Amino acid sequence: MSLRIVVTVKYVPDATGDRHFADDLTVDRDDVDGLLSELDEYAVEQALQIAEDADDAEVTVLTVGPEDAKDALRKALSMGADKAIHVEDDDLHGTDAIGTSLVLAKAIEKAGYDLVISGMASTDGTMGVVPALLAERLGVPQVTLLSQVSVEDGTVKGRRDGDAASEQLEASLPAVVSVTDQSGEARYPSFKGIMAAKKKPVESWDLSDLDIEADEVGLENAWTAVEAVAERPARTAGTIVKDEGEGGKQLAEFLASQKFI
Amino acid sequence: MAEVLVYVDHVDGAVRKPTLELLTLARRIGEPVAVALGNGAADTAAALAEHGAVKVLTHDASEYADYLVVPKVEALQAAYEQVSPAAVLVPSSAEGKEIAARLALRIGSGIITDAVDLEAGEEGPVATQSVFAASFTTKSRVSKGTPVITVKPNSAAVEAAPAAGSVEELAVTFSDKATGTKVTGRTPRESTGRPELTEAAIVVSGGRGVNGAENFAIIEALADSLGAAVGASRAAVDAGWYPHTNQVGQTGKSVSPQLYIASGISGAIQHRAGMQTSKTIVAINKDSEAPIFDLVDYGVVGDLFEVVPQLTEEVNARKG
Repeated sequence: MSLRIVVTVKYVPDATGDRHFADDLTVDRDDVDGLLSELDEYAVEQALQIAEDADDAEVTVLTVGPEDAKDALRKALSMGADKAIHVEDDDLHGTDAIGTSLVLAKAIEKAGYDLVISGMASTDGTMGVVPALLAERLGVPQVTLLSQVSVEDGTVKGRRDGDAASEQLEASLPAVVSVTDQSGEARYPSFKGIMAAKKKPVESWDLSDLDIEADEVGLENAWTAVEAVAERPARTAGTIVKDEGEGGKQLAEFLASQKFI
Repeated sequence: MAEVLVYVDHVDGAVRKPTLELLTLARRIGEPVAVALGNGAADTAAALAEHGAVKVLTHDASEYADYLVVPKVEALQAAYEQVSPAAVLVPSSAEGKEIAARLALRIGSGIITDAVDLEAGEEGPVATQSVFAASFTTKSRVSKGTPVITVKPNSAAVEAAPAAGSVEELAVTFSDKATGTKVTGRTPRESTGRPELTEAAIVVSGGRGVNGAENFAIIEALADSLGAAVGASRAAVDAGWYPHTNQVGQTGKSVSPQLYIASGISGAIQHRAGMQTSKTIVAINKDSEAPIFDLVDYGVVGDLFEVVPQLTEEVNARKG
């Protein structure tokens, strides 16, 4: 039987752009170029490698986001994923992590899955909690923050490098996995891949397709509320000296003046 | 007064500093009730009482070490049901955030992660977060259920505030979900004897300019002279010169020490995201145009192989 892999991806504002907030204190997505979250590329890569090692597998990329989020799906398809699902609905604007996990979980169940693979966090919200929330909602094992992962005979194994120890983990499928940026360089889409991606199917679902009511998601119904946003004041310009042979001593003098030594 | 549940991060009974910082913040909202799980849980009580815990709920079982995350979620949920707290605070480690998220979902609450400050508010605790590579700060609160908030290290001072800290055994029954992900092996990290990166008061980091794994010895020597932790930029980690656990930046650790010394680091957005909230920033770089110099309180344009050893020597001499 075919191994069904669903990769969750997020379309995020480019971290090298001038990211800021919209008037309703949600992330502004109009004035900054968006792209597939870099950390999700690692998830796509591991999904493709697992699929290549399996006898028969299918990789579906799934995103929840506005119209432009299709760009993220196209990128993943051009890397080699087989098909894509785009959940898009005006009522989703401002949905927080708990709400997003509901939408993703319903879409994953509707798509059918043996293995869900996510990145370690998004590069905009950076919470890193969606994989754990998906495991909780789907009622399947959580095998997260892996720097190495493999699937064999219905079992997923991986290495989780924590601060105190490096752990070997093991769980039966179906399961939710997340991978770190240490899991292996993500491939670049080939020209052939980019051309092939244009013909791959992208399904569009809205909330009614997932039996989710509008009052379960969106900014008004979020489980958290941002009350104020302030730009961090620019750091006041510091002293910069050119080393003429005494740079280390001058630096020591500065550190002493600040009572660090 | 309302009670606030504080999840305790400890190593065989030794409470880690971020948990003591959480107790400081918890006391702004209510009376801290600590939850300590696993091997040595009961040994945490003295330190927790010293820093304000009115009660310490403990539970030890092999499941905490043998299975990933979920047993701890179920124990924290049991504590939540027993205490009915005004808020639940968890240290913002990778595991802490996962525990907090699953608990929030189970109890129908919202979650805020990576708070850098916390204050009482009329509609519940207000959390300050540092977002978009620390270029903005936001103030947020949980609007549904009991607030579940994870807090980053170095967000508050550790304060002595002696309280009863009476120890109670927590009753926990694990569901079949608790044993879904087995930990089949564990290799503890070798101790470097240096402070934990995210908890350190001073961090000394090296980047591309260090130009080789063997050259990190001069970064370590400076760190040791200052009693500092060692960090590395993504470029240095990707090159294989220093372990990923020491990476400072968006995909590594985010640090907020009193003093951050960047050596041979240009200061790309990916790195700034992890260190921009440091109180004092110092950089040594041979490129006077490096963006890191926009952040510094003091910068030296020069060869790090000259400047860093001279600094180390001077620090050691002044200590002498």
